[in-house]
Amino acid sequence: MEYFLTEQQKMIKSLARKIAEEKILPVRARLDEAEEFPWDIMKALAEADLFRVFVPEQYEGLGGGIFELCLVVEEISRVCSAIAVSYAASALGTFILMDYGTEEQKKKYLPDTASGKKLAAFALTEPQAGSDAAAIKTTADKVPGGYVINGTKQFITNGGEAELYTVIALTDKTKGPRGASALLVEKGTPGFSFGRKEHKMGIRASSTRELIFKDCFVPEENLIGRAGMGFLLTMKLLDRSRPGIGAQALGIAQGAMEAAVDYTERRIQFGKPLIAQPVVQDIIGNMAAQIEAARALIYATARMIDSGVKNYTEQSAICKVFASDMAMQVTTDAVQICGGAGYMRDYPLEKMMRDAKITQIYEGSNQVLRNAIAIEVRKRKGRTV
Amino acid sequence: MNIIVCIKQVPGTTEVKIDPQKNTLIREGIKNIINPLDTYALEEGLKLKERYGGKVTALSMGPPQAVEALREAISMGIDEGILLSDAALAGSDTWATAYALAAAIKKLGQADLIICGRQTTDGDTGQVGPELAEILKLPIVTYVSKVEEIASGRMRVQRLIEEGHETIESPVPAVITVVKEINVPRLPSLRGMMKAKGATIPIWTIKELGIDPGMVGLAGSATKVVKLSYPQRTSQGELLKGELASQVETLLARLRDAGLLK
Repeated sequence: MEYFLTEQQKMIKSLARKIAEEKILPVRARLDEAEEFPWDIMKALAEADLFRVFVPEQYEGLGGGIFELCLVVEEISRVCSAIAVSYAASALGTFILMDYGTEEQKKKYLPDTASGKKLAAFALTEPQAGSDAAAIKTTADKVPGGYVINGTKQFITNGGEAELYTVIALTDKTKGPRGASALLVEKGTPGFSFGRKEHKMGIRASSTRELIFKDCFVPEENLIGRAGMGFLLTMKLLDRSRPGIGAQALGIAQGAMEAAVDYTERRIQFGKPLIAQPVVQDIIGNMAAQIEAARALIYATARMIDSGVKNYTEQSAICKVFASDMAMQVTTDAVQICGGAGYMRDYPLEKMMRDAKITQIYEGSNQVLRNAIAIEVRKRKGRTV
Repeated sequence: MNIIVCIKQVPGTTEVKIDPQKNTLIREGIKNIINPLDTYALEEGLKLKERYGGKVTALSMGPPQAVEALREAISMGIDEGILLSDAALAGSDTWATAYALAAAIKKLGQADLIICGRQTTDGDTGQVGPELAEILKLPIVTYVSKVEEIASGRMRVQRLIEEGHETIESPVPAVITVVKEINVPRLPSLRGMMKAKGATIPIWTIKELGIDPGMVGLAGSATKVVKLSYPQRTSQGELLKGELASQVETLLARLRDAGLLK
């Protein structure tokens, strides 16, 4: 399919692919097995300027947006989505700052995240607050000159590895979600430490940790936007970032189809390659159709977001739901048609199937997102605009 | 420090075809790449610039499409690329190539270090570096696996030899050829790629180099490929069959017969 990428977008895509194939492919199985954070790869992505693609030019970025981010995430996920999510989580950790930060805040932090010298992370989830994000308990009490944070964040991607954290905490406990605020916390701030590192089913090379705040003081200037805006900013952030999860799922599915095609081409059964058997062709044909549909949807949504439209809750949720369910199906089918080989760790497909699962769960479970889509559909009485 | 890296564009395949008339490689219709060993030369140039400051220029000789190799070098961070291209240069052997490169290096002015890859993957001769040093009357160290230091007009480098390393000191300016053990070549960066896309790459003809057409091309080549032949496959492998124990017996007997085992 021709998606009419600009010269710069083509460069971004080809460079991300080059790094994925030359630097990531040789180590992905080892990183997965060892649950090792891929610092060497992060450095390679940084040196290639890939952390700059979604950052405005005045903060040493290359001035792209969600579409450019999606192109990189797709290409890296095609080879290893654990690395892609570590990259994308740094974008997630800086988007609120990029959209609502003051000039001083942006000048202070964005050049270092754009160069990839520092990774960022976003911290919302807590032990008692997942899909019910409004149930967060972490507090940030106003004191002279700043805030004192107390509480625990859970399952934070890039936890422990990132230098900069956007943390959602209650600055006014009496107001519920309307009392939440977004605060920047740097690694090394007294009172801020890391809890256990999680052992996961998939995306194992990525780091997922608890963040623990015990009387952690941050100065007033670390508040992003106004106090009380935290929940609203979070909802807007996730609307904006969900196509990235779609792109992650898309890349996993693309990689799985390629691996399945390569294997079924070589594997001879009943006197011909598996890929020449109608039963296998039926599955591969369906994979290709689903993958291309997801790609068209994600690219269109990302371009729509970058064009500056105000509300895209529905479209971005559709991207994430469709692509993640698609990736789960495609990777499961890919394992199936490769049979025993698909199930073995010597082949990449079992990893891709494990990696695909998380895309149906994080940044809004698909069930919660379908509810959100239905609410939007109801608002427009099901009609197209 | 002023560094010049000589690179060559080569076919990105090992299945090259030979022109039966000219006995040269047919380059049309094949995706071309920077000679893989030259990427180590580029990386070393960039590393030395990071260490000592200065400028790194990439120099190549070839058909007009070889500007792409120089653009790729710029996307890695090389400051400037220059291509030597002229119909009169076509068919140059290693000596004529070195002659033209030497003329370009003289035209560029003072170079502190000239870096070449150990050899190319198409011609595989490994001669251009040493010949270049000879023409320029500069010292040469081949097979360099580490540049330890360049200071006060001298360099100390390690040279890869069969059983280890030699440490060699030499005055600079000098020519070195590098082996792949020396570094890990970087990939391009996006900002480098953008710079490369818009970069002007001068193309120097023999007129600009001020060289006599008789000194380059087929006319200026000291060697001529008179015939190319492919090696005959004279022996074939043999696969032993039967039980493992009897295979081992057979193998041992064969090795003893051949005098390889006592």
